[in-house]
Amino acid sequence: MPNQETSNKICPYCLEPITREDEITYCSKCGVPHHTECWRQKSAGLTVVEKPKIPETPTPKKPSGEPIISFQGVNKWFGKLHVLKDINEEIYPGEVVVIIGPSGSGKSTMLRCINRLETIQKGKLFVDGYEISNPKLNITPVRAEIGMVFQHFNLYPHMTVLENITLAPRKVRKMSEAEAEEIALELLEKVGIPEKAHAYPSQLSGGQQQRVAIARGLAMRPKIMLFDEPTSALDPEMIKEVLDVMKALAREGMTMVVVTHEMGFAREVADRVLFMDGGVIVERGTPEHFFVNPVEERTKLFLRQIL
Amino acid sequence: MDYEFNWLVLWEYRDLLLEGLVLTIKLSAISIVLSTIVGTIFGIMRLSKSLIIRLIASSYVEFFLNTPLIIQLFFWYFALPMALPGWLQSWLWAHNYEFIASVIGLTIYTSTFIAEAVRAGIQSIDKGQREAALASGLTGFQTLWYVILPQAIRIVIPPVVNQFLNLTKNSSLAMTIAVPELTYQAQAIESLTFRGFEAFTAATLIYICLTLTISLVMGKVERWAAKGQRPMAA
Repeated sequence: MPNQETSNKICPYCLEPITREDEITYCSKCGVPHHTECWRQKSAGLTVVEKPKIPETPTPKKPSGEPIISFQGVNKWFGKLHVLKDINEEIYPGEVVVIIGPSGSGKSTMLRCINRLETIQKGKLFVDGYEISNPKLNITPVRAEIGMVFQHFNLYPHMTVLENITLAPRKVRKMSEAEAEEIALELLEKVGIPEKAHAYPSQLSGGQQQRVAIARGLAMRPKIMLFDEPTSALDPEMIKEVLDVMKALAREGMTMVVVTHEMGFAREVADRVLFMDGGVIVERGTPEHFFVNPVEERTKLFLRQIL
Repeated sequence: MDYEFNWLVLWEYRDLLLEGLVLTIKLSAISIVLSTIVGTIFGIMRLSKSLIIRLIASSYVEFFLNTPLIIQLFFWYFALPMALPGWLQSWLWAHNYEFIASVIGLTIYTSTFIAEAVRAGIQSIDKGQREAALASGLTGFQTLWYVILPQAIRIVIPPVVNQFLNLTKNSSLAMTIAVPELTYQAQAIESLTFRGFEAFTAATLIYICLTLTISLVMGKVERWAAKGQRPMAA
């Protein structure tokens, strides 16, 4: 199980692992976390330790290392309504997990627990080595590592596209405006609308707005991207442009958790599919298993209704 | 009707009117700035997660919203100094306390209405905006400052401008605690000349000019705050 001891972050100054109790800050250039104290000593000219520099090349991602998200007996109630019932699930780095299910099944709620937009009442939830379920945990730095895309885009209407994308990098990562804009333009290129940088959200189509929202999430260089029904509010002709961006992202190895009704996307892109109903994960498996040979009656019924 | 108008008295006593106008502007301007700040803070506090902060803010708003302004002015001017130590009392009396008391009264009274407007404005912003900002790693304060307030401001401006106008008109009550503002001076002219009709007509016209100016200026501010924003799409 991931916990503070097995966190894979290492302070680049003293080369000791960073634990949750340590006071940390993030590098303004590359976003790498380090001990605040080490940085202070370093900038005061006092070299803490002379150890060999850590290699520049990132270590290759382990296909089956520690899970990056781990639900352990998670329960949630809205008043008397029991919306998540004993959820146990592990999601690994680089995985694309698609959650499907009828409305009211708890799939969006499960997604929103990951960055604590919803709090859970029972069980444990670990994300990126942090115990999200611990109410004392300051969630803000964890959220900076998780991008999120919403059904209704939720772009800031009073800011241009560029300002929407650069807000968090500038205010959270303390990037300079020029640096943040460079990243933003790069991402707009990637989602295919570089010419809209100075437009306001109200001047864009739904599909364009959602692609901006994806760029906004990616601007923080997140480890995980969450998608909450990203195409449900779009006109049919705009769904493809958004799904194409998401597919490209999946191919790059981004860890993605996607709540959607797009079965084509699930089939083509997902590593695993979770089917939820009534607050429980009824069935899970690869897309082939899920769409070709589902075991549970409820899954079969659901698939018959929508396919 | 055998009243003979004599508008020349206004010219004769123009200095009084001008002094009164200047003081009314000063009193209103200071109170507008302070009540906006105080009102915004209490409006935000009413939406706090903490029950204690919410209770403090609600008590403040409900208490001062539901008492007459003139009673509040009397309280700050006549009652409050009794509770203060002697040296502070004499310092206050030496420093134009009637003006300070009327600023306090007008600020507190108006800030309750502004707090209500600010609260309603913030509540009208789609909660997805807050979620998107928080999810991106912004702190609660950053979310409020960069995302919620800039959007709330254009909703809040019209009702708040109404409060600015009310405040300017209410500043005339300061005459009851001997602040020589416009209404006070109009009455002074009346008692010196028995020309009440002329004096109060002049005061009326000056108040209208003053409030129309405020409306005009704030209309410009409102258009500035709405720049780039069209009616929000769903």
